Amino acid sequence: MSFLSLSHIQKSFGPVQVVSDFNMEIEKGEFVSFLGPSGCGKTTVLRMIAGFETPSGGTITVAGKNQAGLKPNQRNIGMVFQAYALFPNMNVFDNVAFGLKVAGRPKEEIDARVREMLGLIKLEHLADRFPYQMSGGQQQRVALARALAPKPQVLLLDEPLSALDAKIRVSLREEIRMIQQQLGITTVFVTHDQEEALSISDRIVVMNAGCADQIGTPAEIYNRPATRFVASFVGTLNLIEAKVVDPAVNRISIGDQGVTLREPLGPVKAGDTISLALRPEAGSIAEGAKGDTALTGEVVSSNFLGSVIRTRMRVGPSIISFDMFNSPGLVPPSAGETVTLRFVASDLLVIRD
Amino acid sequence: MKSTRILAWLAILIGVIYFIVPLIGTFEFSLRMRRGEYSFDAYQSVFSDIQFRTTFGFSMLMALFTIVFGMLLVVPTAYWVRLRLPRMRPVVEFITLLPLVIPAIVIVFGYLRLYNSSSFLPLTNSTSGTNMLLVFSYMTLSLPYMYRAVDTAMRMIDVGTLTEAAESLGAKWPTILFRCIFPNVMSGVLSGAFITFAIVMGEFTMASLLNRPAFGPYLQLVGANKAYEPSALAIIAFAITWLSMGLLQLVSRFQKTAPVKA
Repeated sequence: MSFLSLSHIQKSFGPVQVVSDFNMEIEKGEFVSFLGPSGCGKTTVLRMIAGFETPSGGTITVAGKNQAGLKPNQRNIGMVFQAYALFPNMNVFDNVAFGLKVAGRPKEEIDARVREMLGLIKLEHLADRFPYQMSGGQQQRVALARALAPKPQVLLLDEPLSALDAKIRVSLREEIRMIQQQLGITTVFVTHDQEEALSISDRIVVMNAGCADQIGTPAEIYNRPATRFVASFVGTLNLIEAKVVDPAVNRISIGDQGVTLREPLGPVKAGDTISLALRPEAGSIAEGAKGDTALTGEVVSSNFLGSVIRTRMRVGPSIISFDMFNSPGLVPPSAGETVTLRFVASDLLVIRD
Repeated sequence: MKSTRILAWLAILIGVIYFIVPLIGTFEFSLRMRRGEYSFDAYQSVFSDIQFRTTFGFSMLMALFTIVFGMLLVVPTAYWVRLRLPRMRPVVEFITLLPLVIPAIVIVFGYLRLYNSSSFLPLTNSTSGTNMLLVFSYMTLSLPYMYRAVDTAMRMIDVGTLTEAAESLGAKWPTILFRCIFPNVMSGVLSGAFITFAIVMGEFTMASLLNRPAFGPYLQLVGANKAYEPSALAIIAFAITWLSMGLLQLVSRFQKTAPVKA
């Protein structure tokens, strides 16, 4: 049985259904990210786990115990907020010690645990500082230590990196992941940043309009998006319109060029229009590039993006982008040039709505 | 440009003269008790008057009770309205403003009708009951200032998130209120407290009609019967108010904590 179970969770605010039939099983020690655009219901699910919102339907269990009727202060669930939420009147030590003091732990135990937590976030030297004397990154690390100090059964992170600048964000997300693995704590992380979710999660839940569109490992989510929404939300993707030629052998045409897919087309008939997806990094125009499938088209533009050069080519009615790693001496194709993009047919995914 | 600056200085000068000259006049007059020379006889007379000490002490005590009970009423109210009833804020603000538009005499007559010796709650039957009524009436009078000061301080902190953070750490309501919220709105509470103190020390209507030995009625009594002492008392009252204002400035300047970043 899973450690954190969300079964048929629903939430409505008046007539507006924010979460509808959300199901998820999270194992002990797992790091799960809820990824989705603003308003998709990810924070609402998190707040229901914390007890700040009451589900309109469904059950939430932690370690087999139903959380219905339990107040947030009875759940032993730690939470880190986007706005840090450190108590401004307390210094770092007192902030981290707060949960332990509330629980009535002995002074020696509190001292030892706070020192341990400050050691974990490498801020022992700032124990006497007040929140306003620290940077955003330091404050968020203290907030993490404070949430972990009372040894919660589950750790909830509500967009904890959103208020930080890009460099700190990257280092802090790695630190969060490292601490989570070190402590083996079950963690739910809410973010709208796909890179964050892909880089630190065991599994990702891509949410759309209150539902989980896809649940899977970062590689599954990225490589095998289950829906058009997941495909368009996670990473950059070419969406290509194609016509079914022969569904029996998975034969389609893009413009006037025929392609045989590896994946079954499903219940379609010849002449139907379907959507295909291809990652920009899946193909190459280099001489001798590997691939069992090729598409020829006219280059529309080439954009220098630093480490990669992104080229857009026209194939029939579709524009397909592909990336080339930048290297000294590489001459990107110029507009109007005809190029052939080679890729493996299995990288061409059939997208379902 | 130059003429604008001269005009600005002229306006300031007129303002200063308007406020300072009567004060200097009052102070100068309060020093003239002894014929032919300046002395602090009037102040000595005021301070040696047993009634001064009694009424001043009484008003101080009433001010203290007003501040404590006022805070206990206003802080949880402002907190609750901000946290759970944000839609009620205009209504609560309107209610707290009422003492500014309803004259004190109307309020006190209302109290006397409601709590007289033949009412269902005869507070005026005993001295302690009347004192309680006086404290409540002072709380009402100070409500516009106290509520605004506390509410403004609460606006500076993210009350909702701080509450949720404390709850997720296992804290219950009294702990959240007194250890997480109260200390962070202390500047507002103290601002409200000093204003309340100044109001209570000079208040006449409530204390006089409830027949309590407060400092306000004493000021009136001395003013009606003596020559130099009222001027000395006026200066003392000013000093008290200024001291309150000075402390208010000091508290806001030396406030240890800064607002939470949103």
